[in-house]
Amino acid sequence: MEHETLLLRRFRVLTGALLIVWLVLPLVPLAIWSFARGWYFPDILPKGWTLKAWAYALSDTSGVLDSLGLTLWIAFVATALSILIGVPAGRALGLYRFRGKQMVELIILAPVIVPGIAVVLGIHSVFIRLGLTNTVFGVILVHLIPTLPYMVLVMSGIFSNYDPAFEAQARSLGAGPVQTFRYVTLPAILPGIIVGGLFAFLVSWSQYIMTLTIGGGRVVTLPLLLFNFAASGRNDITGAIGMIYILPGVLILLVTARHLSGRSGAVGGFGRV
Amino acid sequence: MSDRLKIVLLLGPAMVIIVGLFFGGLAIGLLRSFNYMPVIGLTEPNVNAYVAVFTSREFYLSFLLTFHIAFTSTVISSVLAVAAALLLRRQFFGRAVINFLFQLNLTVPHLVGAIGILYLFSQSGSFARLAAEWGMIARPSEFPALVFDPYAIGIILQYVWKEIPFIGVIVLANLQALGEDYEAVARSLGATRWQAFRHVLLPLIFPGVLSASVMVFAFTFGAYEIPAILGANFPAALPVLAYRKYTDVDLAARPEAMAMATVIAVLSAVMILLYLRYSRRSIRG
Repeated sequence: MEHETLLLRRFRVLTGALLIVWLVLPLVPLAIWSFARGWYFPDILPKGWTLKAWAYALSDTSGVLDSLGLTLWIAFVATALSILIGVPAGRALGLYRFRGKQMVELIILAPVIVPGIAVVLGIHSVFIRLGLTNTVFGVILVHLIPTLPYMVLVMSGIFSNYDPAFEAQARSLGAGPVQTFRYVTLPAILPGIIVGGLFAFLVSWSQYIMTLTIGGGRVVTLPLLLFNFAASGRNDITGAIGMIYILPGVLILLVTARHLSGRSGAVGGFGRV
Repeated sequence: MSDRLKIVLLLGPAMVIIVGLFFGGLAIGLLRSFNYMPVIGLTEPNVNAYVAVFTSREFYLSFLLTFHIAFTSTVISSVLAVAAALLLRRQFFGRAVINFLFQLNLTVPHLVGAIGILYLFSQSGSFARLAAEWGMIARPSEFPALVFDPYAIGIILQYVWKEIPFIGVIVLANLQALGEDYEAVARSLGATRWQAFRHVLLPLIFPGVLSASVMVFAFTFGAYEIPAILGANFPAALPVLAYRKYTDVDLAARPEAMAMATVIAVLSAVMILLYLRYSRRSIRG
């Protein structure tokens, strides 16, 4: 019996080590490429090291910084709109029972599962007519399709553990609606808004096909730029842009790591990242 | 204000956006797939696009390939994710590292993973270089084609990389909520380790695994950028083919693109039904 548990423990450590290697592995060549000078087959490591790719990526001519700013802006606005629209909807779903609630939940769940390509072609043919194709605003609108349902689902979870009696007490003690919201409701739901908002940001941050279709190649967000450099075989610059592209996710992770367990309900949205 | 009015006001904006954009987009796509759009003078619906799509060999090859990608990725990811979650439940050296990497991986966009897989598994990639170092191959072309290949191995590897943590985190939460009591009882009644897993634990976590798998299947069936980076030109994955048709210089191909988008939408509707069926039975989170 003792022998078996020792074997089992070794097996665990071994598979654990394998898992660690596998999880890190795809990011390694990207990181190396971004500092590589002359890395040809069959060299395991580059002949030399250079910061050229980084200097190019961070220069004004490459367009990476413009694209970074644009991607941040789109994700930021899409997140803000998702919060503004999603928090009230989450409140309705979390606090009330009503006829047709299951139907409403189904309508909100559908965009989380149906892939972007299935809806974006139809949207494109209408957006052409509305003059919304090739515009940043049009792209922000379609980003709401994956980010908003996600925000609603997170907030509905938050509100289902929320007791509105506190609001009534505040009101009976003379607080106005704004004060009640500011001092009672908001502090209670703020953690949910922050976590849901950060993840909605990441969902927008990672959108590809909807941005490509609606932006028509004119709204070049970071993933589009990354794809173009990868497809043109500029591995060094691709590596540098790739590193820049994953940075917000890493930062968000450091802020929210403890909220990321599967129980938080927030994880569901990561099917779309 | 009555509760009813409150609910309508609270839900209104979200429903307008989702019904207008999402269901509107679906509906317009469906109409266009029948070549029906009165606003631009198309007043006589027909099924030409569906006839063209369902009689084209390329569509069937593409559909089968996409189904293979989604099915294989989902099954491999689910099995390995359950194994990884069982592993992470125990205290051992490196557990914190894996936990962190799982979460890190959740935040890395699929596109970055796809490029990483390309640099690892292409014929001049890291593994080909290692094979050359060990004298197994002399030139890149001797390395087996693992990307741009007919079996979509590179695409599947990318999904497995990305979805193990996604399903794993959900299963792990399920396991922690269950605790170890059920297994302990089974073991004390004489069940072996395997029996306790197979007949007690697995049935308990299965609905959770299945609802996560359904999400993964729908995503992997409809994703564009991953097969666009790692896939072969012919047959291409269905979303890639649909986008290609849509952007074809020949505008007549657009209804065909819409018909393919409709096929993807119908398949994901089936996935939603499965999701509802199993997520209701899983532990509510």
